[in-house]
Amino acid sequence: MIETRALRKSYGSSLVLDEVSLTLPRGGITSIIGANGAGKSTLLSVISRLLTADSGAVSIDSQDIFRAAGPELARKLAVLRQDNHLNARLTVKELVSFGRYPHSKGRLTPACREAVNHAMTWLDLTALSDRFLDQLSGGQRQRAFVAMTLAQETDYILLDEPLNNLDMKNARAMMLTLRQAVQALQKTVVMVLHDINFASVHSDRIIAMKAGRVIHSGTPAQIITPAILRDVYDMEITVQEIDGHRFAFYYG
Amino acid sequence: MRLGLAFLLVAALAAISLTVGVSGLSLSRLLAGDGRDWLILWESRVPRTLALLLAGASMAIAGLLMQIVIRNRFVEPSTTGTVEAAGLGLLVMTLLAPGAPVIVKMAVGAVFALGGTGLFLLVLRRVPLRDQMIVPLIGIILTGVLHAATTFFAYRADLMQTVLAWTQGDLSGVLRGRYELLWLGAAMAAVAWIAADRFTLAGLGRDMATSLGLAHGRVLALGLSIVSGVTAVVVVTVGIIPFLGLIVPNLVSLALGDNMRRAVPWVAVSGAGLVLACDILGRILRAPYEIPVGTILGVIGSLTFLILILKGRRNAA
Repeated sequence: MIETRALRKSYGSSLVLDEVSLTLPRGGITSIIGANGAGKSTLLSVISRLLTADSGAVSIDSQDIFRAAGPELARKLAVLRQDNHLNARLTVKELVSFGRYPHSKGRLTPACREAVNHAMTWLDLTALSDRFLDQLSGGQRQRAFVAMTLAQETDYILLDEPLNNLDMKNARAMMLTLRQAVQALQKTVVMVLHDINFASVHSDRIIAMKAGRVIHSGTPAQIITPAILRDVYDMEITVQEIDGHRFAFYYG
Repeated sequence: MRLGLAFLLVAALAAISLTVGVSGLSLSRLLAGDGRDWLILWESRVPRTLALLLAGASMAIAGLLMQIVIRNRFVEPSTTGTVEAAGLGLLVMTLLAPGAPVIVKMAVGAVFALGGTGLFLLVLRRVPLRDQMIVPLIGIILTGVLHAATTFFAYRADLMQTVLAWTQGDLSGVLRGRYELLWLGAAMAAVAWIAADRFTLAGLGRDMATSLGLAHGRVLALGLSIVSGVTAVVVVTVGIIPFLGLIVPNLVSLALGDNMRRAVPWVAVSGAGLVLACDILGRILRAPYEIPVGTILGVIGSLTFLILILKGRRNAA
């Protein structure tokens, strides 16, 4: 369980997190939605200790993350930010193997190798394993980063816009992969998503943020409604149900 | 396997280096126990060859380490203010405590080098980075400023000769007893190899390193301390060898990538081999006079570097 208590964070004079208190139970996919600048990525970064909050606390399974030892936390929680620029020339396999660092400190055990191969198979990277990252397309690279995160074998996986750089086919494959990971391996996935229809179809919970606050949270059926989406995005959005899923239409 | 061949090649170069010089050495006289030949071999040729191997390998590793932790392909100790700061530190020691043992001077030089590198990072943080090339350019500007300061004090104290010896790699003065500090530099470079995975991870960026449980700041500090230490050692013993830390890691990276654990042996062997070859060339070209290894590498290095940049631009386009 991830809990945040009264998180506040400001950059200069602008408040990006305003008293965020959340409880995310174990298991399932939670999507964080909201307009640009709503504080989604900041929240994800604070929960994963990449940023410190000005005040408030975050705990994972009742353990304060800012007091936990780095490697211990890294075996429990993995995070992938967006915009992962790499100057280093590494092969896909090398990158994914670094996901094992919290477990092995660089000396891969047979179990590590298995986890690495498993993660690469899962993200359909086996054929690319010896390619350098700078020889891959944006989508392939994104998959390699997610594979590294999976190889870390943590209970919690936090992803900031994992569908960035992915075309429709790859975006869907990525979401299905994450769903499988949640179901088969009992992972807890929390991710920032811009595409609210992907959030609607694949999430167990949706958290809606606006101006640094969590203004709504609930199941897709509860959140994907014209009234709530108007509140979140300040625009009129039609919602229709197709095959048991709710879809938002905001293109016209 | 291929690495083994590279080792053999460097060993062959080392053997050649033992025989090249103003005074002739002959195997038969050595075998006959000729005192003069043994003296030259033991007091001059062996130290010089070892110094070349150690300085070449450790400077190349320092360059690789710096490129990985700063996350820029175009930095090395002589383009980040590290070398100039080390020189300034040595000058300060020469002025204030000329009698201090060389190891103390070296330590002070290393502290200055670390300070210079820190200053560089501080400036980097405040400048918006629109292009990879901005990073080394800022470093070169900082280098210029530090160099000006060093020159000012050296000129007033009539120490220009000494400063020149630090900034221009030259091994003609290496004798037994004057190069051993380089072993310390090599030991520091070895630490970089042992901790290679940490540095590769740190090179993935602060967020990714933190996510994998690495204390990013501490690893960065360790990496730059090693770079500063190696730089100070090389500056104080043989003088700086330009471009080495730049071109060797870049060439190795093109072939092998940047997994530091895998790259270090190649970088070490290639660095040692390149410096050896350049020094041998410098001894042969105008014999009985010598061209300093720094000058030779300056020419070869700048050409290679230009090719690398042009090639990189083409790949990026």
